[in-house]
Amino acid sequence: MLGLELSFIWAGIIAGAVLIYVVLDGFDLGVGLLFPLTKDEGERNVMMNSVAPIWDGNETWLVLGGGGLFAVFPLAYAIVMPALYMPIILMLLGLIFRGVAFEYRWRTKRWKPLWDMAFFGGSLVATFCQGIALGALVQGIEIEGRAYAGGWWDWLTPFSILTGVAVTAGYGLLGATWLNMKLEGRIQRHMRSLAWPLALATLVFMGLVSLWTPFKDGVYFERWFAWPTALFSGIVPLLVALAAFGMLRGLQRKADIQPFLCAQALFVLGFIGIGISFYPHIVPPSLTIAEAAAPDESLMFALVGTLVLLPLILSYTAYAYWVFRGKIDPEEGYH
Amino acid sequence: MLDGFTAEILARVQFAFTISFHIIFPAFSIGLASFLAVLNALWLWKRDKTYLDLFNYWKKIFAVAFGMGVVSGIVMSYQIGTNWSVFSDKAGPVVGPLMAYEVLSAFFLEAGFLGIMLFGRKRVGDGLHMFATALVALGTLASATWILSVNSWMQTPAGFGMNDLGQFVPEDWWAIVFNPSFPYRLVHMVLAAYLTTALVVGAVGGLHLLRDHANAAARRMFSMAMWMLVLVTPLQIFAGDMHGLNTLEHQPAKVMAMEGHYDSHPDGAPLILFGIPNAEEKRIDYALEVPKLSSLILKHDLNAPLDGLDTIPDEDEPPVAIVFWSFRIMIALGFAMLGFGLWALWARLRGRLYATPMLHRLAILMGPTGFVAVLAGWITTEVGRQPFTVYGLLRTSDSLAPVGAPAVAASLIAFIVVYFFVFGAGTWYILVMMRKPVLDHVLEDERDEAQRDGPVLSVGEEVAVRGKSGES
Repeated sequence: MLGLELSFIWAGIIAGAVLIYVVLDGFDLGVGLLFPLTKDEGERNVMMNSVAPIWDGNETWLVLGGGGLFAVFPLAYAIVMPALYMPIILMLLGLIFRGVAFEYRWRTKRWKPLWDMAFFGGSLVATFCQGIALGALVQGIEIEGRAYAGGWWDWLTPFSILTGVAVTAGYGLLGATWLNMKLEGRIQRHMRSLAWPLALATLVFMGLVSLWTPFKDGVYFERWFAWPTALFSGIVPLLVALAAFGMLRGLQRKADIQPFLCAQALFVLGFIGIGISFYPHIVPPSLTIAEAAAPDESLMFALVGTLVLLPLILSYTAYAYWVFRGKIDPEEGYH
Repeated sequence: MLDGFTAEILARVQFAFTISFHIIFPAFSIGLASFLAVLNALWLWKRDKTYLDLFNYWKKIFAVAFGMGVVSGIVMSYQIGTNWSVFSDKAGPVVGPLMAYEVLSAFFLEAGFLGIMLFGRKRVGDGLHMFATALVALGTLASATWILSVNSWMQTPAGFGMNDLGQFVPEDWWAIVFNPSFPYRLVHMVLAAYLTTALVVGAVGGLHLLRDHANAAARRMFSMAMWMLVLVTPLQIFAGDMHGLNTLEHQPAKVMAMEGHYDSHPDGAPLILFGIPNAEEKRIDYALEVPKLSSLILKHDLNAPLDGLDTIPDEDEPPVAIVFWSFRIMIALGFAMLGFGLWALWARLRGRLYATPMLHRLAILMGPTGFVAVLAGWITTEVGRQPFTVYGLLRTSDSLAPVGAPAVAASLIAFIVVYFFVFGAGTWYILVMMRKPVLDHVLEDERDEAQRDGPVLSVGEEVAVRGKSGES
């Protein structure tokens, strides 16, 4: 039974890594999404500078998500990656463009608009593809034996487009509330005003996805609407309402931190909701966590170091955030 | 145009293309991170401003190279699954945890402290900044250690069993991590990274010495690079030789291809210096060879018998021509580096290190050779592993993901277009930065400090952030 427990511990760790990725990289991708909404050079500078020292660390959680899946659930990795071939490749290409833009745009005058576009376009493609990938996972992946058995466009459905739009709106909201927290003056007001429609869009799309999901698969439906799990599943939407209320109140009171934290809470709750739908599967509708897990020897070997390294990583990541804490002052950039 | 290509060939080309581009950046940033740590330590120790100027100069270049390494590296961590999913499923239980440890012990370390190293000197103070810089360098080395362990295991698998699902199952992690070729490959690659960086730094130093041979920063970096070169090249040639002997023991077919030995030589094999491999006739045309020298090098005995590819079943042979040529390119460049280093040493001993324009011109010419040698070496060892992904056990053709040729062709074209454009631009920006003398960068930074009309938080500029505690 040890094997079972190990694989479930690992499912928790991988889910945690993906959640941390969404929480951390969501807002810095969101900053990229909002980039074209100001034409002012100085405002663009501070927007990018608010994430410049941390984006690389944020994206490393995505590498852990992929690398961790490969390490402990190699079968899930081997099935999901070919199934999501196109959205994954497009996401990687998007991340290339936006990642290099952080350095390139300072290195050229003539081509700066191009790298600004690359920052926006790369962020948009990466975000949308992450949403598509989520939708494609939720709607289920066809498996035969130990391999993906579906077609090349299976990932592209109205549902996955909806999740793509939902994640884009959500990352935009995270970006706007992050910038509301980190910036001052005109650009802060601008971002705060953008947070309103983005918050509404996020809530509407989250609602649509949540309503649609239970009807994608009978298992999801039972999970959400049958006793006794319905009682527990009912708590999540309640908390979502609470977080939404907190965020809108925070925006209304022009609070710095509250809207950002509440927006993050929305994502955490959405993530938990997906977790409830998936469990005990790792790749719905048929591959379970236990089936996909690597042998115990692999899980144990990886776990020992992870339990030491993960707290270390979390503490020095927190330290890096603390070093670059506080408002970015746009004025200070210009005198 | 791509009609004639199978999904397997396309996937192999795509992997070779993306990983070749990727390795260029770590080969540079591993050495450069250590160089930066040394420069910063020397600045703190001696308080000689030339070291600080050099640190700030190379830091900007490092940031661009490192950024390219990060984004091209993320691709690698997913591409194993997208294109080689059967390999992922079968070998994942063994190599997966090693790669997870690379992420956990190296990537996070680099990423977590890079921001502080680049932007944080004033915010955290000299001591912590030095600590962060050292950790970034350590992270690059830790990353190399894990990934070379993975690669070495694929070359010389050890410490595993097979389960009834056809997966490689770990039995002895010590044997897996420290598999037979790992120590040799690790040393060879880290030295290669240091050499590559030394050659680039030497080229930039040489360029600025040609313009102004009294330039203090140019002198300092040129001198440091030439010391590195003359000390490391002989070590590297020795390490490479050891690595070759190790390969002979564990992957003899690869060495046969490197040597161009289609036939067995029962009483002393010749060293083929040059020739044209003829795959159809299974011989080397126009071979220029030194009798018995190969046996002397590989077996330390002129008359030692050496088997040729005639002892290997055809379906297990690596492609000879690629391995044969890439190996010769690497070796030729290695000896060119040795000659260059010795000339620099000779000039130094005569007190003419900064006053020999021919040497400085050669330094510029030699600047990119480290990259070429690294690529040639990797091509030798990776193509030499074919037709297997896990040597002798899992064939490349059995490792492939069930992705159709059109999808792979589309992604391959996208990667080629994007990589040449994006990394071409990045390389151009690096070259532009290198063309400017160190002093210009320093003056620019000081002007930005005063006027702040430049990037607020690009590399080389300190943060314009008002901390809550009122510092900075």
